[in-house]
Amino acid sequence: MTTLAPDELPIAQRNAARRRLQLLLAPGLGWLVVFFVIPLIIVLLYSFAAPGPTGQVIWTFSFDNYVTLFGKDLYFNAYTRSLVIGLQTTVLCLLIGYPLALHVVLADPKWRTVLLFLVLIPFWTNFLVRTYAWMLILSNNGIINGLLELLGFAKQLLYPSEGAVLVGLVYGNLPFMVLPLYASLSRFDFTLLEAGSDLGGNGWWRFWHIMFPLTLPGIVAGSVLVFIPTVGQFVVSDLLGGAKVDMLGNLLQRLFTRSNPPNWPLGSALALVFMFFLTFIVILYFRNTTEDER
Amino acid sequence: MIDFSVSNRTVGGERHTVGRRVLGAHAWLTYIFLYAPIVVLVLFSFTKDSFGVRWTGFTFDWYVRLFNDTRMMRAAGNTLWVALVTTIVATVMGTLMAIAMERYRFRGRGGLDALLYLPIVIPEIVMALALLAFFSFSFGIIESITGVTLRMNIWTVIMSHVAFCISFVVVVVRASLKGFDMRLEEAAADLGADPRTIFWRVTLPLIMPGVIGGALLAFTLSLDDFIISFFTVGPGTNLLPVEVYGRVKRAVTPAINAISTLMLVLSMLLIFLSQFVQRRANR
Repeated sequence: MTTLAPDELPIAQRNAARRRLQLLLAPGLGWLVVFFVIPLIIVLLYSFAAPGPTGQVIWTFSFDNYVTLFGKDLYFNAYTRSLVIGLQTTVLCLLIGYPLALHVVLADPKWRTVLLFLVLIPFWTNFLVRTYAWMLILSNNGIINGLLELLGFAKQLLYPSEGAVLVGLVYGNLPFMVLPLYASLSRFDFTLLEAGSDLGGNGWWRFWHIMFPLTLPGIVAGSVLVFIPTVGQFVVSDLLGGAKVDMLGNLLQRLFTRSNPPNWPLGSALALVFMFFLTFIVILYFRNTTEDER
Repeated sequence: MIDFSVSNRTVGGERHTVGRRVLGAHAWLTYIFLYAPIVVLVLFSFTKDSFGVRWTGFTFDWYVRLFNDTRMMRAAGNTLWVALVTTIVATVMGTLMAIAMERYRFRGRGGLDALLYLPIVIPEIVMALALLAFFSFSFGIIESITGVTLRMNIWTVIMSHVAFCISFVVVVVRASLKGFDMRLEEAAADLGADPRTIFWRVTLPLIMPGVIGGALLAFTLSLDDFIISFFTVGPGTNLLPVEVYGRVKRAVTPAINAISTLMLVLSMLLIFLSQFVQRRANR
């Protein structure tokens, strides 16, 4: 690990440089190995173990957990639910984020940074707090129901519901979509649209055949960045969805902490399958975009 | 950036302005969508309404109650302490690693690069569960060997937070090292400075904005983290996000509005501070 490339250096100097490198790397690398690599290895080992009657882990080696994960309706439903909600959130973020990013790119240069910064500020604040704010707004006696009553409509049960979860997820992840779209759009050459209209294309044609394909890397990057945290989260679906909306994150949380008894081996297997599925998506994305498009 | 108006020249100026107006209106609505919840939250931390969801008059009561809520205050203190220790440890380790990654060519560098990105890209819940499994597993081994029973507490949270913050510090510090003029170090060496002097007197002062940027990022990440804290904190310790989550699950209260507002204000102060540091660094 610690061989230096410039072999022309005198031996003494090379050894000193090697010692310095070891000193620089050792603390951080050691920490990452102990508190990141080894924990993942333990999860891997757990995923082949069996659950005991009181929630302990019984060391065996079998693929039972993986079989359960792919065989039971309960889990299958959670995957499809997560997938559907993840996709809905991604599409909504794209529909809201694309025009917003376009607006920011087309804005007066002196306002551009401010407009972008305004998108990012809420994103830097606590996710839990932001989700909680929606509980206030959507609550039974909250603002939206107040407005509805004022307009003469009946109160609605706005949360817990799947709609509330979607709102919370879009709210929490929108900046992830806007940032890469902004990067993509600010590199887009708008004179190409002019060329398109010279060729007789109308607005939609020019969008679909020129702007959309050329900003596709930004769209893909934004979608990956929104989809991953959405599927794995459990806070929004827990707080805004009640027990009604069950996503992968909720399932994981239950398997580790709440079910009676907890089933860590099964939870470990699920966490790993989830991680590899997402890594696969990320690799697909990296293979389809070049370095400077990212 | 090229003005959009040229692109619609042949279509006619009118459609272009309509399009731009629609975009503008959409942007306004989106900004309202982004900020309305924040405004509502702050506003309702001052409402007299005991459910905290409607405006019935101004009061400071909830903040007074909050400061008298010892459980919440202890949780806040713990959270700040975790963030502080995490920041110091992660910044030192991350800065050293960033220097190693940018300055040296060594076998395994590519693999280490990938390892450093992993904590950023893997789902936070997977890392949290892995840490929970790790602590439980290693505490079990320690108990069977020494007979000492260890429990998760504030230190297990700190160890976990450091593990996910290091990578972020490395990314930020590496970015500041990329624009670094190597000749300054060479000049110092030519003038007879030993590597230690060069590090303390030349390299570190020059990359300081990056180091401070990384530290502020680590502090914010640790302060705001809920998922990893939730899984790695033992039952005996209280952390602010975990405490807030527990109470929110039971009911919406104005006291939660107040503590949430304070958390918002703190996060925003930190963003502006980090922007300020970056501005100064770019000058």
